[in-house]
Amino acid sequence: MEPDLQTPLGRASGQAGKEWSHPSDNWLRGFVLDNRASLGTLAVFIVMMAVFLIANPTVFTTWYLYSSVLTTLPVALFVVVPLVFVVTCGEIDLSFPATMGFASWVFALVVQAGYDPFLGIVAALVTGTLLGFLVGSLVVYGGLSSLIATLGMNFLLRGLIQIINEGKSTALTNLADSSAYAIFSSQIWGIPVQIFWAIAFVVFSALLYNRHRFGAQVKVVGDNPDSARQMGIDVKLVRVKVFVFVGIGAAIAGTFSVMINFTWWPTAGDGYLLPVLASVFVGGTPTWGGIGTVVGGAIGAVTVSFIQTGVVAAGLSGFYVQFFNGLIIILSLLGHKWNQARYR
Amino acid sequence: MAERIIELRDIKKSYGQVYALGGVDLSVDRGEVVGLIGDNGAGKSTLIKILSGVVKPTSGEILVRGKPVTGWSAARSRDAGIETVFQDRALAVQQTIVRNIFMGRELTGFLGWLKVNKEIEEASRLMREIGFTSKVFTPQSIVGQLSGGERQGVAIARAIYKQAELIILDEPTTALSLTETAKVFHFVRQVRASGRSILFIGHNIHHVFDIADRFVVLDRGKVALTADRSEVKSAEDLINFMEDVAHPGGLPGLHGEAEQRA
Repeated sequence: MEPDLQTPLGRASGQAGKEWSHPSDNWLRGFVLDNRASLGTLAVFIVMMAVFLIANPTVFTTWYLYSSVLTTLPVALFVVVPLVFVVTCGEIDLSFPATMGFASWVFALVVQAGYDPFLGIVAALVTGTLLGFLVGSLVVYGGLSSLIATLGMNFLLRGLIQIINEGKSTALTNLADSSAYAIFSSQIWGIPVQIFWAIAFVVFSALLYNRHRFGAQVKVVGDNPDSARQMGIDVKLVRVKVFVFVGIGAAIAGTFSVMINFTWWPTAGDGYLLPVLASVFVGGTPTWGGIGTVVGGAIGAVTVSFIQTGVVAAGLSGFYVQFFNGLIIILSLLGHKWNQARYR
Repeated sequence: MAERIIELRDIKKSYGQVYALGGVDLSVDRGEVVGLIGDNGAGKSTLIKILSGVVKPTSGEILVRGKPVTGWSAARSRDAGIETVFQDRALAVQQTIVRNIFMGRELTGFLGWLKVNKEIEEASRLMREIGFTSKVFTPQSIVGQLSGGERQGVAIARAIYKQAELIILDEPTTALSLTETAKVFHFVRQVRASGRSILFIGHNIHHVFDIADRFVVLDRGKVALTADRSEVKSAEDLINFMEDVAHPGGLPGLHGEAEQRA
């Protein structure tokens, strides 16, 4: 009865070294398998742009169209990317629009008071970090549902801004002469410079996601929080950190939006809630946590940005924008569902 | 006498009014395999969670190598050289084998950036060492694609990395095939031969009897028996003992029927 078992694996242990092999020995196939979510998103984007190009070749070959998208796209990228971390961690954060508004408000106050915009940026980053920590702590240590709690915080913070400002905006006319503006919001060779900062942020975050302990722990916590806890990971701390990351991203995004417009509005950030959330999921990050893709999310943001501009530029009336928004989201989700093996 | 790796003194754990553990003493010496057995609800799982730091005891003392510890946690337990292969294996199934092996113990360099290549190398070495290799998976395969036995291999590979001094195996043979069970047994003997210790928890008393140097029988939150292997003649002895503890005077139902027939 008892299996004996002095040397049940003697055969295997010796020459096992060369037994490792991947089902896809071809590097290209391996690359496609490992990145299928972001490649799928890229495919959706390319097909969409091809359709636009065919519909209206003259408009879609003019640089102005791309330049206008590249001006506003960075703002979205700074929040889409941290949200990929949050969703991977098995949470959601709907409070980032208010954090954008709040942090950029602090930036506007500092600049309006005559201080250097760099100081304003630091103040905005500190505000974003603190708000992210506040929201994260509320969700994690308060044991609340992140969906509802962050929605509540979004209303609460926005309400606070409205109460104090009574709907009044702040114009920052002297911003255009500052060195901060030249570095973060001017143009080089006709390209809005903020896109380079956004790309740097995406690359850094992708490395953080794939090549850093933080990303590794975010994925494990989102995948199986009980296991993570049993293996000694401070699950609560990891969760708070992702909310802090969103706070920081929202602060950067808010500051950029003010620098683009030279004006801070009490509604700053409000319009980003749904497009940003859509970008995360169009990008191929699933809702259930544990896996995701930063680069896919970024491509998703590009796709969503181009829908709005593209539909109008293609000659359709503005009434079609929402319909195509929805169509692209649904098609992307169907594509990703077919593309993703699900283990839980 | 061999060094005492860990000792629990009068550990109690209550959930509200219910006592899961009512004062348990347990110790594991270097190089010994201790078999922990007990019926469902005896408190085995709670005891393991306390040893691995996942659950904090209500009262009692934990000593690691003779020294009492404070602030016991999962991270502290692993730092103290105690690794646990949980019954559910505690794997993140959407992640790669590498990420699971280094879960909570990522190999990092400057500012927490991962040493990805080193992790892959180490993972291959570990998987080879315990004989869990295959043509169809690599260290970068997703755990969700593996069979039950292969997943057990990943959990064990994680436990032996860093030369843990005590490895806790919680029901390691449950739901495994005969050959996979054989691998686990072989692994236990390897660990003992290398002078490290194992706490082996099992439902299958035959399995535990074959492998353990010492037996601890847990019953309703208390240690009912501690016996060296030399004191127990056969697995049947252990089974009989456990039945006696659970139902003093024999199983009433069966006896009643037997008497009626007679």
